[in-house]
Amino acid sequence: MILVTGMGVLAPNGMGVERFWDAVLAGRGAIAPLARFDAGRSAARLAGQVADFDAAEHLPSRLLPQTDVSTRMALVAAQWALDDAKVDTTTLTDYDMGVVTGNASGGFEFTHREFNKLWSLGSEHVSVYESFAWFYAVNTGQISIRHGMRGPSSALVAEQAGGLDAIGHARRTVRRGTPLVVTGGVDSALDPWGWASHLASGSVSTSTDPERAYLPFDVGAAGYVPGEGGAMLVVEDAAAARARGVPKVHGEIAGYASTFDPPPGSDRPSGLRRAAELALADAGMTPGDIDVVFADASGIPDRDRDEAAAIEAIFGAGGVPVTASKPLTGRLFSGAGPLDIVTALLSVRDSVIPPTAYTTTLAEDYRIDLVLGAPRSATVGGALVLARGRWGFNSAVVVRAVSD
Amino acid sequence: MTITITELRRILVECAGGEDLAELDGDIAAVEFEELGYDSLALIETAARIQRDFGVTIPEEQLIEVRTPQELVDIVNSQLQGVA
Repeated sequence: MILVTGMGVLAPNGMGVERFWDAVLAGRGAIAPLARFDAGRSAARLAGQVADFDAAEHLPSRLLPQTDVSTRMALVAAQWALDDAKVDTTTLTDYDMGVVTGNASGGFEFTHREFNKLWSLGSEHVSVYESFAWFYAVNTGQISIRHGMRGPSSALVAEQAGGLDAIGHARRTVRRGTPLVVTGGVDSALDPWGWASHLASGSVSTSTDPERAYLPFDVGAAGYVPGEGGAMLVVEDAAAARARGVPKVHGEIAGYASTFDPPPGSDRPSGLRRAAELALADAGMTPGDIDVVFADASGIPDRDRDEAAAIEAIFGAGGVPVTASKPLTGRLFSGAGPLDIVTALLSVRDSVIPPTAYTTTLAEDYRIDLVLGAPRSATVGGALVLARGRWGFNSAVVVRAVSD
Repeated sequence: MTITITELRRILVECAGGEDLAELDGDIAAVEFEELGYDSLALIETAARIQRDFGVTIPEEQLIEVRTPQELVDIVNSQLQGVA
């Protein structure tokens, strides 16, 4: 059994697990006009920003010249997850600890700065740290180096689905014999170049109202709001966790699967339903064992429709509560799935399902029981987390309550 | 023009951090970079800065051999004096 024993959250609407959870239950969001640069000429200007993050408060000064903001956030979230799990790395064998992270955008802000130097000052002004600060695997590498984790480690890239893929692969890594793996995902690309890249998707909301900009499944859905941050987890083999005296268990990573969509223009269905069904089968569970679905909730009408149809096909019309806390944070790319897993495990702990903020009126053909308005009390024993990445990625993770 | 240990310390911190570390407070001239927490990348970054600020190019084969701040200062200063 693969357990989640530690959680660290760095989300726009809350730094730290409990502050994030309070904000989610209270419907407190962090969608606001971009503050990092003058986005006044941009068609879209709202983002989910971690406004109070001061890396120097949390990290050794030596890590600052060599890290992008996304890596700083990943390092801090990983530290918090290890603290939560009460892991003392000095008492464990370095090759028994691995790191598996998802990453969608690399170090945009750092790279933007260095490219600026390259074109305006010359190549001799470009930081040597650019060599890895941009790179998808950088969060895995920096966490590994900082905590002396030399076990099997990797990085997975699948746009917004990559965070769940990382957790799925971390589970596989534990099964293959590495007792403890730090996993999850964090992304940030809110500098001018990163923003231009977000806009290139063509699906970023141009609304200027933070509470109307990202309305998944709503009749008014018109795109999404990009955000930054994410979550890191400590996952462990159950026996190894017990042997080191783990203080608490948040839950079990019970199942995982990923699929790929057919090519554009195909009349075959998307791969989302299959990913969810395969994850359930992997967990040895049936739809009846699932008490809530955390949806990808893209906010793009045809994607929402496809997701609602997949959920209906598996669970029946209105057959399971569905929710998404993404409207409060924006879409966090590789950070989204891991953050949803944290949210799911907190729903298990506190027997409550948070609402999908801001969405009020479902499109008529969406036959799903979307939790709206206020948190809903519910015993949650099993939860399905869905994530979809641009260009065809679908991933699903099933988490399950663990009784002491 | 010459470079001093104090200037080198400032450049090291600007390039690779470490201002909050006690090891940097004392006489660092003969303390190995590794002990000060500066790895080969930190030295490459430092050498690039020295090249820009002092016009001195430290050959790679010398840079990978250098062990202490004093050795680095000596390399830079011998080149500066050679130029003068």
